[in-house]
Amino acid sequence: MPGSVAIVGVGQTDHRSHRPDVNGREMIYEAVQRALLDCELSINHIDAIIIGNMDHFESINYVDTWSVEGSGAIMKPIMKVSTGGTTGASVAIAAYYHVASGLFDRVLAIGWEKNSESDTTGAIITCSDPVWDRFSYSGAIPSLATEASAYMNQYGVTQEDAARVTVRDRGNAVNNPHAHLRKPVSIHEVLASPMLAYPIKLLDICPRSDGAAAVIFASDGIAQRITPRPAWIKACSVRHTYTWFGDVDYKQGLVSLQRASAEAYLRAGIKSPADELDVAELYLPYSYAGLKWIEDLGFCARGEGAGFVEDGHTDIAGKIPVNPSGGVLSANCIGATALLRVGEAALQVMGKAGPRQIPDVKQALATGFGGCFWSDVLILGSGRP
Amino acid sequence: MVSTELGYDQLLSIAFSVPMPYEWSVGVYGSLFFHEIMNHNRFLGVRCPDCNKVYMPPRRLCGPCFKELDELVVLPNEGTIEAFSIVNYPFVDPNTGEQRPIPYTYGYIRIDGADTIFSHIINETDTRLIQVGMKVKAVFREKELMQGNVQDIKHFEIVNP
Repeated sequence: MPGSVAIVGVGQTDHRSHRPDVNGREMIYEAVQRALLDCELSINHIDAIIIGNMDHFESINYVDTWSVEGSGAIMKPIMKVSTGGTTGASVAIAAYYHVASGLFDRVLAIGWEKNSESDTTGAIITCSDPVWDRFSYSGAIPSLATEASAYMNQYGVTQEDAARVTVRDRGNAVNNPHAHLRKPVSIHEVLASPMLAYPIKLLDICPRSDGAAAVIFASDGIAQRITPRPAWIKACSVRHTYTWFGDVDYKQGLVSLQRASAEAYLRAGIKSPADELDVAELYLPYSYAGLKWIEDLGFCARGEGAGFVEDGHTDIAGKIPVNPSGGVLSANCIGATALLRVGEAALQVMGKAGPRQIPDVKQALATGFGGCFWSDVLILGSGRP
Repeated sequence: MVSTELGYDQLLSIAFSVPMPYEWSVGVYGSLFFHEIMNHNRFLGVRCPDCNKVYMPPRRLCGPCFKELDELVVLPNEGTIEAFSIVNYPFVDPNTGEQRPIPYTYGYIRIDGADTIFSHIINETDTRLIQVGMKVKAVFREKELMQGNVQDIKHFEIVNP
C-alpha cells in the first residue's frame, strides 16, 4: 500500500515573456526559494528532487546536472522527468511516487522553461517524426487547430463559443500576481485578434513565457507538522496514448483525458465531478480545449461544453470554477505549466490562493496535457486519504 | 564594490545559429512506402491481424496490440479531410533553418481503406473553399525529381465536390 502524501509548499516565479536578467538555474532558484519559504523549510530538509523541462526549448541538455546550484540538489538524489507538455504533472506524480514509496519524506518537484531562448514552434516541431510528420507539421498551434476544426464540425461549435473560455481565463488572471498576461479581454477582442491558424486566433492560444514552479511533497506524519492544512494527493493517473499524430481519432474526444480522469475519479470516490469537485486547474492551452476537454472530464455531456461555459458553470461563482489562476492562456512556461496547475490546485485546498481563492475548497482537480494528445490527472483534497 | 544593479538594455545574450546534421533511418516499411510512390504513384498500408486496423503509412508495430505487423496492403492515392488548419503565422522550420512559407494548409487526411490519418499539405488556403469531409487526391512530384521522402507527394488537392 502506498503511504499518504501531501503537498506542503508551493513556489513560482512572476512569469514574463522574457527574463534576460536570469539564466535557467537562477530562475529555477527563484521558484525553489519561494516554495521553501512557503512552508518554512530549508533546502537541507529536502531528501530528493525531481526536475523537468524540454531540452529542445533551450538546447541545453541534462538540466538535472547543470542546474544543481539553483535546484538545491548538490549531493542529493535528483532525476529529470520529461514528457512534453505533461512534464510538470509528471514531475509532480514522480515526486508523489517517491514519497508514497516510503523511501523519501520530503521531495521537491520543479518544472521550468525559458521559452524566450528559442523559436518555440521550431523547437516543438523537433518532437515530431522526422520522416513522416516534420515536413508538414507546424508545432502546437495547428495540431490543436485541426482538433478544433474537427470538433466544430462535429458539434456546430463557433469561434464565439471558444472566445468565452479566453475571456474567463484572462479575466481570472487579474487576480493572480504571478500570471504573465493580466489584462482582461472581451469576446470582441478575441474574435478580432489575428488569425494564426484557422480557427485559432492570437487570443485563443496560450502565450510563451519564461518561468519556473516548485512544489514540495511530504509524507504522512511529517506533512501535518509542516503545515496545518496540507493538500493531500487523493489520486493521480497517467494516460499516454500515441506518438503518431495520425492515430488520434478526433471524433472520440480526448481519449487519454477520459481514461485518466475516469481512473482518478474512481480512486478518489468521485461520481459526479462537476458537483463534487470545488475547483479545477486545467491545462487548457487553447480556448477550444475549454469546451471539448471539460466534456472528456465529465463536467457535462459530449457536445455540451459550449453551453456549460456560456451558462457560467465554470466561472468563479459557478458550479465548478475553472482556472481561477488564469490558467495556461495567461502564463505558459511550458515545463512548469502542468506543475503550476498542481501547485495552484494545492494552494486552493490549503486556503493560500490569496485574491484568487475559491471559498472552502475541499477537493481540487489538476490536469496536464502534452505530447500527442496525452493526459495526466491529479485530485487533491483537504482530508487525509 | 561593483554594484549588482544593471539596466535592462545592458543585459547580454549569446546567439547560436549553426546547423547540426542528423541522419534518420526510414526502415524497411517506410522505404517500401516511398518506393511504391516512386514506382506506382500509390500508397501502402499495413494491417494488424489482431485489431484489423490498417495503418498508413505502414509501420512495424501496432502499439495498442503490441504486435509486429507484416500484412502490407496497397491503398489508393485518394482520401477524405478529417481535420485541417490554415497556418498563417511565421516560424523557423527546423528542416531548413528558414522561415516556412505561409500561408499553407496543414491537413489530416484519411486515405481510403486506412484507419489512421496522414498529415500533409492541402493546396487550398481559402477557408470558404475547404471543409472537413471533402475528398482529396495526392499530387505527386515528377518521377525524375522523386527522392524517396514525404515531399515526393507535392500536396493533396480537393477533388471537385
